[in-house]
Amino acid sequence: MKERPNSSLSRKDRLATGVIIAACIIVARLFWIQIVDEKYKINADNNAMVYSVVYPTRGLIIDRNGEILVSNDIAYDLMVTPSETEAFDTTALCGILGIGPEYVRDKMNEYKANRRKIGFRSVAFMKKLSPEKFALFSEQEYRFPGFHGQARTIRKYPFQAGGSLLGYVSEVDAGYIKRHKGEYKAGDYAGKTGIEATCEKTLKGEKGYKIYLRNAHNKIESGYKDGEYDKAAIPGNDINTTIDAWLQQYSEKLMEGKAGSIVAIEPSSGEILALVSSPVIKVEQLADIGAYYNELANDPMKPMFNRAVQSSYPPGSIFKLINGLIGLQEGVFAPSTKYPCTKGYHFGSNKVGCHDHESPIDFTDAIKMSCNAYFCYVFRGILENPEYPSVQAAFGKWEKYVKSFGLGSPLGSDIPAETGGNVPSTSYYDKLYGKNRWRATTVISLAIGQGELGCTPLHMANLCATVANRGYYYTPHLIKDSEGYAIEDRYKERHYTLIDTSLFPLVIDGMYQAVNGGKGATAGAAAVEGLDICGKTGTAENPHGKDHSVFVCFAPKDDPKIAVAVYVENGGWGGTWAAPIASLVVEKYLRGEISESRKPLEERIMNGKLIGE
Amino acid sequence: MTGLASRYKKADMWLIFCYIALVIIGWVNIFASIHSDLSGSMFDLGSRAGKQFLWIMISIGAGGAILAIDSRIYEVLAFWAYLGTAFLLFVTIFIGQNVNGSNSWLQLGPVSFQPAELSKITTSLLLASVMSQFGFRINTVRGFARTALVILIPMLLIIGEKETGSALVYIGFIFMLYREGLSGWIIVLGGLFITLFITTLTTSPFISMLVLGGLLGIAYGLFTGRVFRSFIITAACITALSFIPALESSKLFSNMEMPKPEYVLLGISTIITGVVLYRVFRKRDSLAATLTAVFVAGLILVFSVDFIFDNVLQDHQRKRIEVLLGMEEDPTGVGYNVTQSMIAIGSGGFTGKGFLKGTQTAYGFVPEQSTDFIFCTVGEEWGFLGSAAVIALYVLLICRIISLAEKSQDAFTRIYGYCISCCFFMHFFINIGMTVGIMPVIGIPLPFMSYGGSSLLCFTVMLSIFIALEARHRR
Repeated sequence: MKERPNSSLSRKDRLATGVIIAACIIVARLFWIQIVDEKYKINADNNAMVYSVVYPTRGLIIDRNGEILVSNDIAYDLMVTPSETEAFDTTALCGILGIGPEYVRDKMNEYKANRRKIGFRSVAFMKKLSPEKFALFSEQEYRFPGFHGQARTIRKYPFQAGGSLLGYVSEVDAGYIKRHKGEYKAGDYAGKTGIEATCEKTLKGEKGYKIYLRNAHNKIESGYKDGEYDKAAIPGNDINTTIDAWLQQYSEKLMEGKAGSIVAIEPSSGEILALVSSPVIKVEQLADIGAYYNELANDPMKPMFNRAVQSSYPPGSIFKLINGLIGLQEGVFAPSTKYPCTKGYHFGSNKVGCHDHESPIDFTDAIKMSCNAYFCYVFRGILENPEYPSVQAAFGKWEKYVKSFGLGSPLGSDIPAETGGNVPSTSYYDKLYGKNRWRATTVISLAIGQGELGCTPLHMANLCATVANRGYYYTPHLIKDSEGYAIEDRYKERHYTLIDTSLFPLVIDGMYQAVNGGKGATAGAAAVEGLDICGKTGTAENPHGKDHSVFVCFAPKDDPKIAVAVYVENGGWGGTWAAPIASLVVEKYLRGEISESRKPLEERIMNGKLIGE
Repeated sequence: MTGLASRYKKADMWLIFCYIALVIIGWVNIFASIHSDLSGSMFDLGSRAGKQFLWIMISIGAGGAILAIDSRIYEVLAFWAYLGTAFLLFVTIFIGQNVNGSNSWLQLGPVSFQPAELSKITTSLLLASVMSQFGFRINTVRGFARTALVILIPMLLIIGEKETGSALVYIGFIFMLYREGLSGWIIVLGGLFITLFITTLTTSPFISMLVLGGLLGIAYGLFTGRVFRSFIITAACITALSFIPALESSKLFSNMEMPKPEYVLLGISTIITGVVLYRVFRKRDSLAATLTAVFVAGLILVFSVDFIFDNVLQDHQRKRIEVLLGMEEDPTGVGYNVTQSMIAIGSGGFTGKGFLKGTQTAYGFVPEQSTDFIFCTVGEEWGFLGSAAVIALYVLLICRIISLAEKSQDAFTRIYGYCISCCFFMHFFINIGMTVGIMPVIGIPLPFMSYGGSSLLCFTVMLSIFIALEARHRR
């Protein structure tokens, strides 16, 4: 369609004019806000404006029943703007704060040395003042120009529990600021370990600020424009955990004076009910980590090291559960098969020793009495199974079975720094002894959970939960779905082992007998009437000292609510320490209290000291 | 083969100058916007400035390649490229990554990009291809429908991705349609309806109806030449009708329930419309017929606006509109970005604070400062002079494209040129308008300047194709 000739402007010219008019509107607007209107002349360079940071409250950490594990408390930092200080009464300040004059002198010299770096900023003079001291200071504040208080929240722990799980919050350092580009500024706090670190994004909230005006005498006069340009802080979201605060606190108490771990899992969900690594980090230490950090880091018992997920121990006799299941699955023996035990298993001139018990016995009794010889026969049967061309091939299959229980690699829980333990492979032994130069008897110690096997207490608890579930497990985890934090779907998936689920009841019978079987039962100390605890003791050989005491159990037998693994370093025979501790944890969880008849046992455990104070 | 050298020689130097200038200004300001004591050089590939530099190099390479290949290929490719991007847009609705509430990003290995960026190019190409066919007429039902279809498909898909901001850019194609012969009335009516939309939201449906009636009354006068008489009658009617809300509180009808004033007015309007329609039929008054149709459409719009506002728009969009219209005083919430952005720009003054001297930046007050709010850095550090210069560059770029497109002998080139100038204009006006507070906060980038590789590359390709097309057809 042709333009009408009488039209004064062509359509092209009209459009171009439109573009120019639009541009003129923007330029006019720019002229208005940049040159005419004073409203937009706020300038951070301009000393009339003081930006004061408003810190958000950090989200709470809550246990499975709504108890608060971590909340907030208010602490006050005394800030100073060195460029604004005038001569002041040092003695008075020292009196209020309870410090010596040399502290003030050192600080002031420090500021002088760094005055170019500090510029007009304010820096912390003293951190975490108590409310009383802060109130005293506030009354006298006018005497100390350049000083002002800043309230901030610190962490508070209503339970004496979970020091190793919760993690601590501390001021960010230069490295941290750099790693988290732009998210943090000097003076901010962030979760550094445990749940505080894992859920930092959810917990931290968002900072705000208030803008104040200063008058000609450098005094803060009023809020700028009634706070119209202030930004409110947004509080962090709470995190729900799977922990049972009371159980966690109780478990930590049981482990006092002993090194080792307790891990309790709800088998039907994989939720971790309690996780102790002893010696623990006390919550007072957690709240003021800066003051205790060196002490904790240099402690020879390594409280900062989370044994429950980082320590790889030989599992000992509890591993017989897995070997038994593999043997049944491969059909190398039947539950009714009886093997003799002559105080051990003899091959050539060597033997694997065993304790004194009746002989021969069947599978159930072998688990009940934890017979070493029986499982040597079973293990040999697995490796020398004629269905496989070689011992090495059979071993490869065995390795697959073991790994299907989650052993040999990190389980993938949401606890930081989880280690994987060790399950030896065919190639490992090929390298060690030469290709095909090793036999079943060479690696016979694997039959009873010794040798190259390594697993963390978390692995052991998970193994127990797997048995309790009759053949599957959920990846253990600490954090529940919370507002602002969704747990990954993989925590809701069942992981089946390669063992037929119909075989598990046979093992469970043995475990039931081990606890409740009367004569010959290895874990009688763990029996609690009416709770139907099923368990398995273990004693892990320790070449460096006294053996480690191990026990796994779950209860009740037919509807398992809790699976526990206890590992007591240098605790000796599994029935001595680990089994009673585990039974107390189970009783506490299922009943809420310890029965009168078991109080003496509880007392003995709590007062037992295996490591120096 | 005439040789590559001659092809490059024919390329329009003004456009290339604008492009290079804007890209460099953008890069320098991205560096300034992330600048702090810790940051390294402008070429540090770990930083946004370094990455942008890399993308500038890639984009210039791509632009050079486009100038080298035979530009006839675009007419051939147009349809398939359009189909391909429509498919990508469709797929993105389902597998796109959720960024700020919209899932418009596709992840391709390490790079993520928005198919919506690409689709502006392919839609422009297909529009050019469809509309340059022999015998095409925009003012026929068939022609208009085909054009509308080409524009609406990507637009709806993008709205499906909840990226309404990008979809708004497509409205700009209306200016191209105007150039190609679409009646100017469409733009006028569009403007009228937008006015009604805004008055309905900011004041009340009742007042919008009065505005509608008033404007149409004056229009009737202007078209018939009886300006004075129409004006007096209109003014009298409006004044009389504006007393309707007062009736509610008067004692006159205290014993009966009064309906809302807009419904009273609606009743009166229905009667008047009836009378006018009678006149239309008797006197064959086509002007009155048109105005009545507009009036009825306006009424429908006014009454559906509340519905649209409450039920169609998403929360954040509603908030943004409310802030733009000054309905909610909320400087710490949604308007926060804009307030901070205006403070940053305003504090620049006439000559600005100087390169890397911007403080609003250093304190991190303006969010998204290297992407959508890059103009803040220009405003703060280079002041009114720098800002005006950048605006002048965009005007030069857009007007140059329009002028070259108009001169071109080839309809495909002309239409494509108009299409992309519309895109550039919409991005330029909405983005800068947003930073100075005259447009709602719509997250679309400033062409060539905002941080972001895929956006820079797409705009570069868009422009290069035009330069290549235009060079081929110049004698």
